[in-house]
Amino acid sequence: MAEIFAYILHKDGKADDTAYELINAAAKIDPEAPVTAVVAGSGSELDSACSEAAKIYPAVWKIDNEALAYVNAEAVRPMLVNIIPKGAVLLLPHEHFGMDLAPGLSIKLDAAYLPDVVDFEGVEGSTLNAIREEFSGMVSTHVAADLSGGVVVTVRPGAFAPDEDAAASGEVVDKSGDAGAAPALMRRYLETLVAEVGEVDITKSEILLSIGRGIEDEENLEIVFDLAKVMGADVSCSRPIVDAKWLEKSRQVGTSGQTVKPKVYIACGISGSFQHLGGIKGSPFIVAVNKNPKAPIFQAADVGVAADILEFLPELQEAIEELKG
Amino acid sequence: MEILVCVKRVPDSSENEIEVKGDGTDIERDDLVYSVNEWDNYAVEEAIQIRDKVGGTVTVASVGDEETEEVIRREMAMGADNGIHLMDDAFEGSDGKGLATTLKALVEQGSYDLILTGAQADDGAGQVGGMLAAMLDYPFASLVNLIEVVDDKKIKVGREIAGGNQEMNEIDLPCVLSIQTGINEPRYVGIRGIRKVASVEIPVKGVSDLGIDAGVVGAAGAKVKRLDYFVPELGEGAEMLEGSTEEIIEKLIELLKAKGGIK
Repeated sequence: MAEIFAYILHKDGKADDTAYELINAAAKIDPEAPVTAVVAGSGSELDSACSEAAKIYPAVWKIDNEALAYVNAEAVRPMLVNIIPKGAVLLLPHEHFGMDLAPGLSIKLDAAYLPDVVDFEGVEGSTLNAIREEFSGMVSTHVAADLSGGVVVTVRPGAFAPDEDAAASGEVVDKSGDAGAAPALMRRYLETLVAEVGEVDITKSEILLSIGRGIEDEENLEIVFDLAKVMGADVSCSRPIVDAKWLEKSRQVGTSGQTVKPKVYIACGISGSFQHLGGIKGSPFIVAVNKNPKAPIFQAADVGVAADILEFLPELQEAIEELKG
Repeated sequence: MEILVCVKRVPDSSENEIEVKGDGTDIERDDLVYSVNEWDNYAVEEAIQIRDKVGGTVTVASVGDEETEEVIRREMAMGADNGIHLMDDAFEGSDGKGLATTLKALVEQGSYDLILTGAQADDGAGQVGGMLAAMLDYPFASLVNLIEVVDDKKIKVGREIAGGNQEMNEIDLPCVLSIQTGINEPRYVGIRGIRKVASVEIPVKGVSDLGIDAGVVGAAGAKVKRLDYFVPELGEGAEMLEGSTEEIIEKLIELLKAKGGIK
């Protein structure tokens, strides 16, 4: 059986949540396979991330290089090509760094590439069977990847449960020498611009009335703001509303926007892409209103209403107003 | 600046309910409305805006069957200068690497400074741009939400990272970028715009024109194969409120009050 490697993201010396998930993803591929964490970075922050990884993984490979103080996919790619053995399975998280690194890495390793996997069905001969989603989660597919030349996989964050025990005592092996020198970079990191906080800080809201494509037209925003007012809620939204410039970026809920934890989250006309759901996983009570009863949002919600928000929300507002007198 | 934008014709999932055929071999395609992949449309708009600022040309290329031509023509109506239609039976069943191999051959026939793709398409893979860049040994950035031309050798690029933050990079040309939605506001294409390009010749290229071995693309060259489509067994999911609208609202208000959802 092929060896499995898990690429560990870390920040400020702490391993990312996905570090705890990839170990379980690896177990679903083959519970017997040896699994090694690969941690790249520089200095003391890297060392503490490696120590944390060693509690999750039976083996940890460290790549320490000053050029990786801010990890750049272009810098780390040739180093991985130097150390990952031919035919291995390499798991990375499917997020902004994994999407930068993984597709090109698969080419340089001459391996198959399986993007955004949500589940594995194990190995059969030289084939790795996995499950993906298409059309924003409306349908799923079984996919088969040829394992004979190895495979690079990006795993959807949150798709696998985290390893709660983290009871391993892995040995940290310094692979910096084998990984080799950093290449001359054609892409150079400059800085990170931190998102501005808008007029409302939705991360602090207790009640969020959140809107998506179902609002259909900018003029209809009024319906939502009127209802929010009588409920004492703040208004947030999904990505298409920000893309259309109908609301400011600071109101966007999801992995590329804000992670929120209100007491009540009401998703109105939001289909529920995994990026959006990633932003509401801490909400204790989720209500979804959507005219498509098959929308993925109903899988994440506690209570659902199959209705057109443009008709339903004004009626809800009227009822609440009556109640308040 | 010479810009190539790679686009894909896809079912418009905001306009359609996507359903799986009974035997799982495909989705029901008969009544689907197709359009250009949303991410690609932002990429074309961005290319046009860059050309209008610094000069040059925008070429739109797409791999696909005969119907794909309408999508290329639509993007030309937006303002792209040239279209190239990559069509060959040998492309059928390509995986991401097969598509990137096809596009690499096309890139090598031109002299492009900037190559744009959408950050992802209907299959949510987001793979072709990064693969293409690696094959060409060009630099690459994914999820790009800002492009500023510095000079004819380099550009400044913003990427969308977690928490609404933006990662700024300087990238040497030529390069490949995958474009995130929201980077601009794509212009509307009216009937008049489409009419203006209705008779423009769009060259078609197949494996022999591109100098590709048919065995490395399509199903023959694919290391990754989609076996079927299915609708997953749903979990318990939400408790759906049933009844008349009045009844539903009454139940909902009770629940909201209990959970602190009405102040």
